[in-house]
Amino acid sequence: MQPVSTNNASVGVVSPQTARFDTALTLKSGAVLPGYDLVYETYGTLNADKNNAILVCHALSGNHHVAGMHAPEDKKPGWWDNMIGPGKPVDTNRFFVIGVNNLGGCHGSTGPASINPATGQAFGSSFPLVTVEDWVASQARLADYLGIQQFAAIMGGSLGGMQVLQWSIGLPQRVRNCLVIASAPKLTAQNIAFNDVARQAILTDPDFHGGDFYAHHTHPRRGLRLARMLGHITYLSDDVMGSKFGRILRGGSFNYGYDVEFEIESYLRYQGDKFADSFDANTYLLMTKALDYFDPTHHHPEAGLTAALKPAQADFLVVSFTTDWRFAPERSREIVKALLDNERNVSYAEIVSGHGHDAFLMPDAHYHALVRAYMERVTT
Amino acid sequence: MRHDFQIIADWVKPSAKVLDLGCGDGNLLKYLQNSRQVRGYGVELADGNVLACVQNGVNVIQRDLEAGLAEFASDSFDYVILSQTLQAMHHTEAILREMLRVGREGIVTFPNFGYWKNRMQVLRGNMPVSADIPYQWYNTPNVHLCTMHDFEALCDRLDIHISERIVMTAGKPVSFLRNLTGSLAVYRFERKK
Repeated sequence: MQPVSTNNASVGVVSPQTARFDTALTLKSGAVLPGYDLVYETYGTLNADKNNAILVCHALSGNHHVAGMHAPEDKKPGWWDNMIGPGKPVDTNRFFVIGVNNLGGCHGSTGPASINPATGQAFGSSFPLVTVEDWVASQARLADYLGIQQFAAIMGGSLGGMQVLQWSIGLPQRVRNCLVIASAPKLTAQNIAFNDVARQAILTDPDFHGGDFYAHHTHPRRGLRLARMLGHITYLSDDVMGSKFGRILRGGSFNYGYDVEFEIESYLRYQGDKFADSFDANTYLLMTKALDYFDPTHHHPEAGLTAALKPAQADFLVVSFTTDWRFAPERSREIVKALLDNERNVSYAEIVSGHGHDAFLMPDAHYHALVRAYMERVTT
Repeated sequence: MRHDFQIIADWVKPSAKVLDLGCGDGNLLKYLQNSRQVRGYGVELADGNVLACVQNGVNVIQRDLEAGLAEFASDSFDYVILSQTLQAMHHTEAILREMLRVGREGIVTFPNFGYWKNRMQVLRGNMPVSADIPYQWYNTPNVHLCTMHDFEALCDRLDIHISERIVMTAGKPVSFLRNLTGSLAVYRFERKK
């Protein structure tokens, strides 16, 4: 049996770094960013041949803080700490792992809340929409900056998996292995619909001020809170919500009012509050749009995903989770089919889990054993 | 190594594209990759086997064969192999059709229920248990055991042309009264022209 991945080994205390880019980046929308910062963290050591690098792409609300702690007293480690570290499925004793906050983010990389050097004010509504393609282009510049010609692997879940796909299509010579987890080749109408309800919650919040709320020293807290509550419902499965919360009442009986009564209400409101105080509303809007826009078949819909993935040269591990209905196993199978049509090396696993979309972040012995087994065969 | 692996390897042309259905831990594909330089994929349902395939460096797609081979394009493989899995499938006809939709040639191995030792056990009043059918009636995954005659009759009905068959007992080929003396049947077949 594989060692279970819930070991306590950690990369320890890590510090984010900032890379400054002064070459203008023309975005897919046509807008131009004259320069930008990317905040990133690294774990492990880049070898002399610089061929043991792994890029971790984050999802909607993620960031560069993938593993370890910022201070010894931190309560929570990075968001994928159960996956990445010494002796973990992605072993930092062997690999040099990079986490980066995407452009448009709110954790240090240039985004809507950053000061626009041209005006001295926060970008706010003037920050351009960025796409998955733009993120990959900016991540490639970070790779150049770190002297990495080709990644041993690029991995990500959900929106992060879309970035991995885009790397394989757009810069196929720069990645040897792609781990696409709980992802999809493009969103369905239902998925875009959820995103739009979330956006509407933010856009119609009176404190949004057209995106320029920074100048008003406020932020659309209510909208962001609602957006996150909605998101949370879709990231969990009916089963896990049922088993975790059921119809349990906090006070044991009905109060015939609108305050928190059911445990699920308490949970969602807590999650919403926590998120609304720590995340930027413009970043949330922008990230959901990047999700909606991503579609490798956009320019040639009739040719389909098989044609879109033709440039890919990497080997793939595609993973989905049985109760994930936001990024369902069927969507991962579409990716697998297109890779099979192109005769790529690909393995696909469907992990039995009750945790819905969130499962990709959870420690699961079989899931972690698979990633470990795949990574052990990644050459450096 | 399982006795049918060598026969399959002898049949598979070098550098061929191979799909192994119910590939288990991936050992056959690994053997074919090393001995025949094939490009291959396995299909497997059990979690432990999927993991073993990844550990073995074999491409594996987790899927239930009973639901067909939807991800695999027509005529995309030189060989589609179903080794010692046919007897455990519910949709026997469907998988044989799918094999020849996806591949140019099919290779099937199964325990021959007509083997005399199996017949003797039935005559004595018991369900057969042997090296090639190593289960008790109450814990067997096998649902569609057949004799060579039965299999050939089905192939005829499905317009499947049997191009070669090798029958083995205890790892040695047999050639006399094969449906009686053979314990493990290995067939290769294609669509009728």
